[in-house]
Amino acid sequence: MSSSIDALFERTRAEGRAALVGYLPAGFPDVETSVAALTAMIEGGCDLVEIGLPYSDPVMDGPTIQEAAETALANGFRTSHTFDVVRRVADAGAPVVVMTYWNPVERYGVDRFAADLAAAGGAGLITPDLIPDEAQEWEEASRAHGLDRTYLVAPSSTDRRLSMTADAASGFIYATAVMGVTGARQETSSLAPELVARLREVTDKPVGVGLGVSNGAQAHEIAQYADAVIVGSAFVRRLLDAPDTAGGVESVRELARELREGVVR
Amino acid sequence: MTVYAQPDATGHFGRFGGRFMPEALVAPLDELAEAWADAQADPSFLGELDRMFREYANVPSPLYDATRFSEAVGARVLLKREDLNHTGAHKIRNVLGQALLAKRIGKPRAIAETGAGQHGVASATACAYLDLDCTVYMGEVDTERQALNVARMKMLGAEVVPVTTGSRTLKDAINEALRDWVASVDHTSYLFGTAAGPHPFPTMVRDLTRGIGDEARRQVLELTGSLPDAAVACVGGGSNAIGLFTAFIDDADVQLLGVEAGGDGYETGRHASPITAGEVGVLHGARSYLLQDEDGQTMESHSISAGLDYPGVGPEHSYLASIGRARYVPATDAQAMSAFDLLCKTEGIIPAIESAHALAGAVELAKELGPDATILVNLSGRGDKDVHTAAEYFGLIDGPVVLEEGVEE
Ligand SMILES: Cc1ncc(COP(=O)(O)O)c(C=O)c1O
Repeated sequence: MSSSIDALFERTRAEGRAALVGYLPAGFPDVETSVAALTAMIEGGCDLVEIGLPYSDPVMDGPTIQEAAETALANGFRTSHTFDVVRRVADAGAPVVVMTYWNPVERYGVDRFAADLAAAGGAGLITPDLIPDEAQEWEEASRAHGLDRTYLVAPSSTDRRLSMTADAASGFIYATAVMGVTGARQETSSLAPELVARLREVTDKPVGVGLGVSNGAQAHEIAQYADAVIVGSAFVRRLLDAPDTAGGVESVRELARELREGVVR
Repeated sequence: MTVYAQPDATGHFGRFGGRFMPEALVAPLDELAEAWADAQADPSFLGELDRMFREYANVPSPLYDATRFSEAVGARVLLKREDLNHTGAHKIRNVLGQALLAKRIGKPRAIAETGAGQHGVASATACAYLDLDCTVYMGEVDTERQALNVARMKMLGAEVVPVTTGSRTLKDAINEALRDWVASVDHTSYLFGTAAGPHPFPTMVRDLTRGIGDEARRQVLELTGSLPDAAVACVGGGSNAIGLFTAFIDDADVQLLGVEAGGDGYETGRHASPITAGEVGVLHGARSYLLQDEDGQTMESHSISAGLDYPGVGPEHSYLASIGRARYVPATDAQAMSAFDLLCKTEGIIPAIESAHALAGAVELAKELGPDATILVNLSGRGDKDVHTAAEYFGLIDGPVVLEEGVEE
């Protein structure tokens, strides 16, 4: 069965370009603004959006996304808000996935989470701290509700783990470009091209590269060898640094435009 | 009778434990598990560790028949004197083992998290001794309430990084150490401070602390001719408790009692008793009992004891609780401080406030078991680090200092 994410990558491959994937947390700084910013991101040129579920202990995230998560939680974010945000962004013209640490899903109930995400129009889940080795319940729930499973791989992953993870994934695989946490970096990673090349040896599934990407030039470089360019902290930074929410939303749209120009090969 | 054999090959204790970690750390964790298995099969590694324990750490620690304390509580209480170890707690066993392993693997830098500062001090000590660079992450709240231990770590040459995110306590220090480790794992070892975290840490830490129970079992047999009726330990992440319990798990007649930090009373919501009052979830790489809200966000824990002030617990304790082999009860701040006072006054031993929770558990257990019972208590650490907290609690220094009758300054 072909998912909306499969269809997206068929299209971008046909167009000879990489897909642009943007991340923003739900409920940051509040639910309304996050919906507006995610919508602007899609209007500005993002082909797929990742909606982050703010969590109290985000060990994979650097200071920027940590700050956003803390703000969202302090402003009363609840897991159920995630589905509202997904529902309101799902019609904006791009597949929507949720990116979340595992405990909120387990707490909500894995099958119930999958059911509610699918009902809201979500396409899948990215799980930064759930590896396929521990994912039996999620595997079953995601299949039952027609959701894609995006797992992360890293420069430290062994060939055996790359192949196992690629087999377990669907939609696309998330290659973390550096050994480290999320956060905008000026340089592009020297480890990412090799990681993607190693993945190509074991899978035909689309590969997105993220962690540290912040501008059009970096996006352009990554688009040469990856199927998708994933940008997170740089978008969050735009909202954090804006004088007001309307300005923040416009700034997000501008960044999406700049990055979109970059992903054309 | 089946012999207890946990965890399985992938680090699961029943449905607990496992590895909920970023993929970037999975291969390094596999390497660590392998290196640990190799080291344990290598007589030269084990011999060197044993030598360090004996010559440097004052391990094996003695067993002590606490007769006046026993009289006061109404059962025979035997204390395993981990407070006499170098750096003042059981933590040195764990950290010397992990640091020696780091040396063997050839990683020149070590990181650690700490709550009370005991594990940080032990890590700084081991790194000075074994010539490793040491960085310790500590919640800002804890750097304030354990200032003396911050100074100790710095004296020993460690860098102490105050963590200002989240609740600014132990759980956030672990988060920050993990963030460091993802970026530095090629040359850095993470000396994990308790029997929690992703596989292989719960097992490796248990292997390193189990000497507590192995020694105590022999010592009790030698002293009394039989096994104790109960073995009691406080439970933060669970390293001293699993270190005590492991030797007795197959002795069905020995009750195992873990004492969690009850704070203001678990019914008030201000406590650190995840097994008593938490629910199963995933934190810091393992599935275990956890203090969490309805949405799975981690809740803050509360305890007078910085070393027990953690919303999670090691997965093997959750497993032992689930199969009924060990029982876990809370002791409130007030119960712990009352037992603290009793040990000071009857034995001339100032315990760590963490260990005072185990003593409080023994006080209650003595009432259940009666005067013929023998209760083995792990005195996991000494109270030097807690003098300020305890003096404040008992009102010994906080008032104005009286110089002469009638003259206050
Ligand atoms: C003396 C002492 N006992 C107990 C603990 C709690 O840790 P664990 O449950 O891992 O033994 C600590 C932690 O700092 C400690 O310092």
